[in-house]
Amino acid sequence: MTRNPQNGLLGRIDGDVAGILLLAALLVIVLPLGLDIFRLNMVGKYLTYAFVALGLVLCWGSAGILSLGQGIFFGIGGYCMAMFLKLEASSPEATKIQSTPGIPDFMDWNQLTALPWFWEPFHSLTFSIVAVVAVPALLAFIVGLAMFKRRVGGVYFAIITQAFAAILTILIVGQQGYTGGINGITDLRTLKGWDIRTDEAKLVLYFVNAALLIGCILLCLYVRRSKLGRILVALRDKEDRVRFSGYDVANFKIFVFCFAAALSAVGGAMFTLQVGFMSPSFVGIVPSIEMVIYCAVGGRLSLLGAVYGTLLVNWAKTMLSESFPELWLFAMGTLFIGVVMVFPNGLAGLYQQYIAPRLRRPIVGRAKMPAAAAPIIPPHTAAD
Amino acid sequence: MANNTDYLLAVEGLTVSFDGFKAVNDLSFYVDSNEIHVIIGPNGAGKTTVLDLICGRTKASGGSIKFRNRELTAMKEHQIVTAGVGRKFQNPSIYDDLTVFENLEISYPRGRSVFGALAFKRDAAVRERVAEIAEMIFLSDHLDQRAEYLSHGQKQWLEIGMLLIQDPELLMLDEPVAGMSVNERKKTAELLNRIIQNRSVLVIEHDMKFVEDIAHRVTVLHQGRILSEGSMERVKNDPKVVEVYLGH
Repeated sequence: MTRNPQNGLLGRIDGDVAGILLLAALLVIVLPLGLDIFRLNMVGKYLTYAFVALGLVLCWGSAGILSLGQGIFFGIGGYCMAMFLKLEASSPEATKIQSTPGIPDFMDWNQLTALPWFWEPFHSLTFSIVAVVAVPALLAFIVGLAMFKRRVGGVYFAIITQAFAAILTILIVGQQGYTGGINGITDLRTLKGWDIRTDEAKLVLYFVNAALLIGCILLCLYVRRSKLGRILVALRDKEDRVRFSGYDVANFKIFVFCFAAALSAVGGAMFTLQVGFMSPSFVGIVPSIEMVIYCAVGGRLSLLGAVYGTLLVNWAKTMLSESFPELWLFAMGTLFIGVVMVFPNGLAGLYQQYIAPRLRRPIVGRAKMPAAAAPIIPPHTAAD
Repeated sequence: MANNTDYLLAVEGLTVSFDGFKAVNDLSFYVDSNEIHVIIGPNGAGKTTVLDLICGRTKASGGSIKFRNRELTAMKEHQIVTAGVGRKFQNPSIYDDLTVFENLEISYPRGRSVFGALAFKRDAAVRERVAEIAEMIFLSDHLDQRAEYLSHGQKQWLEIGMLLIQDPELLMLDEPVAGMSVNERKKTAELLNRIIQNRSVLVIEHDMKFVEDIAHRVTVLHQGRILSEGSMERVKNDPKVVEVYLGH
């Protein structure tokens, strides 16, 4: 974004890249060495939510569009993956005790005698992988088109996304024969014959997930550094000015909403692969709001902050709910209020305000810059 | 429906009503090429509404607005901008979180589609144009500064610069010198007189001294209708204008 001469290229470009390298080192070296496979798989699960948080950084942080329905896209991504895995697990041999062999078990329990048409294409892995991204993006496009072209925004938009999350949950639970209902799609076993339940597979999937996450961070960084990224910030600030500068504002909002949806969906698919099932409990209002909290705690203006925030909140959630299960929800509520009231830019904001200036000072000194020339960077500009 | 004219902007029979209240009532006026046309009038006369109607922010209830003989009332806001109409808002409307450079760059008329913006490169042409405009609006030394930290007057100039970089044929300014110091006013008048080359400017202003300095033609609005029109000299001595607006 800004290329302040005082800041220098060192200050910013390397700042972002160094941050990403540090995160990559943490994810692919430190954590795998320090954690057993059970805990590592858990971190892998947390990291799938980080995809959603990244999407929120762009959609909510940059463009100011708060979506309380990101669980929709996380869920659809997860379901697309789960449908493929379920079909593979439902070969006629494996399901020969059913009254209709060769269809998923929950369909058999619900007296379905044939595979529904929309399940058919999920026999193909390629189709499923494309669907993971394309279906949520298409849905986001339709919702975005309907909302943003009519200039629905702010709180109204947030409430409507929440309503969609509720609708989708009800739909999935109600259509048990087609979706597996409240239990979701369970008992997933293999991916193209490769057993995803073994420790070895979990390790591999963890690395795939980490690599995808780093890739998505780089993609987000590219978007934020493009003019499009600056237009998003501009329209958060002064939507009319952007409109009267010759831009069709709605198209930019639709784009960022679809982009965030696609990111969330990648997370959802990785969740299914690593955890071994997908259910409506990751689709509805509560998980969607939790995902917003991860992003808020980490810092909605910072890509890396959102990842750390997701890890931290989830880690705290696991720790607390293991020892004091009844306290967790209160802790979550307190955390959210705390973030909103005390540090609205989250952990990244605190870092930029208190820690980064201390780190930067010696570098500035070496570059023979007078200390007074070091700019006071407001937390939200520098927080890439 | 209005006939085609030689005027750059032809507003004819323009009417807009809000819940029965006619904020602008059967208004007609014309802006020539290379003309600085000033609209004055007491509060609530409908001045800002006229600009809102021209730039598409408010939809007209009746009448026509033709810009180079293209009907603007049927176009969307961003299409009106692309057609060559730029509008400055009353309060400086700039992007606080971005630098002066970035503010100007966003207004640079290229890469206005989603993917165009994604692929937009900050090349030499962009840098030169931004530098040129920054020079014109007295902000060359502030390019890397966050716009939030500019003074009020500088923010007004920045917004004018954001319009200039689009090179509109018609520039609409809503109270460009409100809240400016005497010195800043002088510089703004200078700026406006300089940028008038090859374009028309439609200005709303209260500051009579400033209006006298810049106006080629003045339209006085009162309760959504035209009260008087002509040169500043004529308008100033019109008894109707003196009564409702200029005072005794």
